[in-house]
Amino acid sequence: MTAADALGFVLAAVARLITGAQGHWKGVPPKAEQRIYFANHQSHLDWVLIWATLPSDLRQQTRPIAASDYWTTSPLKHWLTREVFRAVYVERERRDVKSDPLAPLAAALEQGDSLVLFPEGTRAAKDLPQEFKSGIFHLARRFPEVQLIPAWIDNVQRVMPKGEVVPVPVLCTVTFGAPCNLQPNETKAAFLARARDAVIALKPGGLAT
Amino acid sequence: MNLYEEFAKLRTLDAQVQTGLLFLIMFGVLALVSAGTAIFAMREQTPTDERGLRRFTSDLRAVWAGAVVFWLAWITGAFGATFLFAVISFLALREFVTLMQTRRADHRTLLLAFFVVLPVQYVLAARQSFDLFTVFIPVYVFLAIPVLSALGGDPLRFLERNAKIQWGVMVCVFGLSHAPALLLLQFPNAHDRGPFLVFFLVIVTVVAQILEEIASRRLPRRPVARAIDRTFGLRAWLLASLGAAIVGGLLFWITPFKLPQAMVMAFIAGGAGTLGEFVMTALKRDAGVNYWGNSRAITGAVGLLDRVAPLCFAAPVFFHSVRWYFQLKT
Repeated sequence: MTAADALGFVLAAVARLITGAQGHWKGVPPKAEQRIYFANHQSHLDWVLIWATLPSDLRQQTRPIAASDYWTTSPLKHWLTREVFRAVYVERERRDVKSDPLAPLAAALEQGDSLVLFPEGTRAAKDLPQEFKSGIFHLARRFPEVQLIPAWIDNVQRVMPKGEVVPVPVLCTVTFGAPCNLQPNETKAAFLARARDAVIALKPGGLAT
Repeated sequence: MNLYEEFAKLRTLDAQVQTGLLFLIMFGVLALVSAGTAIFAMREQTPTDERGLRRFTSDLRAVWAGAVVFWLAWITGAFGATFLFAVISFLALREFVTLMQTRRADHRTLLLAFFVVLPVQYVLAARQSFDLFTVFIPVYVFLAIPVLSALGGDPLRFLERNAKIQWGVMVCVFGLSHAPALLLLQFPNAHDRGPFLVFFLVIVTVVAQILEEIASRRLPRRPVARAIDRTFGLRAWLLASLGAAIVGGLLFWITPFKLPQAMVMAFIAGGAGTLGEFVMTALKRDAGVNYWGNSRAITGAVGLLDRVAPLCFAAPVFFHSVRWYFQLKT
């Protein structure tokens, strides 16, 4: 076991202790097929939570997206994202017009890896997610054979509100829904709206926040 | 009476033998119940039966898990048991906080509850500083929580938020920490009886809970608080507590009590435990959870809190009854 594997194991254990990291597989079983998971984004912990929820065989082939201008700046951050999470690095600012910002994601998908996307692009302060960015639409068009799985991450904003560094133990769940792939002739706007609705539909009922 | 003498003889047995005997009885009874359930499950059933059976098997699984955890606590000794109950406290408080909606300004207060109050309370229990142990949460933490909350700077529903956190800490940390504290209680004429007292407490509480469940199904229902629990009635409660008293009487040989004392103590613990479960039902109604097991509908209801609630209520009452009755100073 390498240091990275060991740290991954410890991080997943800590995430379970703090949040319970319960995965509810409503629409699909946790199967080792190629998938793009897309979810609401409320906290820095979102990725760790999804990752801790996945069974270990899925965890090895599922990769997050990391902004290279932030996550490669210090050796520790770089090591953490590269070795432990095997992150796919993307440029937030497009350097020249010709380069394709989705190229690293496409390369990962061509390798057969699964990805986790937060299509809002940024963390939402509100309860409901913001409008989705179009990246997921382009990926869905280029890789029609990859399953697009919506997911709702519940309660994670209570674990670590903005500006706090120590997490409070609060139970969180990740609910995975049925695949939401691109329909023939579906427009970009229609698909993005449908994908967002698919995520919102998974929100557990009951308590009002 | 001969039977009484036979039982009294058990008292003179070596602690090791008594322990073996107790766990043999406990796991034996559980194995019998499991086997009975398995046979019953093979019969043809109506849908209502099936639902009841599913619920019963899930409860039974919880009892098995509890029994194994309990056995682990026993074999690891005082340190192991204190640590184990601290972990259970942590998990119960986590569930409680999830169900009680807190606000962002409560963050620091919650950190205090989880990472300072909880460990300190269990360390106090392990060090047998029972005077401080008894007042630490009701006095010091009670005052510290609103101060930290006020520093959070959010006046919205201030008292309500503080009351919720204080209540959760009282039940999940203060209440439950009395179980390992019992373990460490020193009796003047009986050494190392603490572990047996915990065994006694857990068994009578569990028995009272099971009896209450059965009695409230079999007896004609006269619910005292229909909006909270349609099955909880005073007669069922009384029967369950009396049942606990009888089981407590059967177990008197493991305790420092005489037979009538054991029965009274068991009655108190069993009664407090079932009332604790009743209070938790009110709490879950408030949180919008119908049955704790329904982990799918609501984030946070994983069903640990309601299962330890009887112990959270019974342990402090039992602990202080014992301490007061025997005039124990440590």
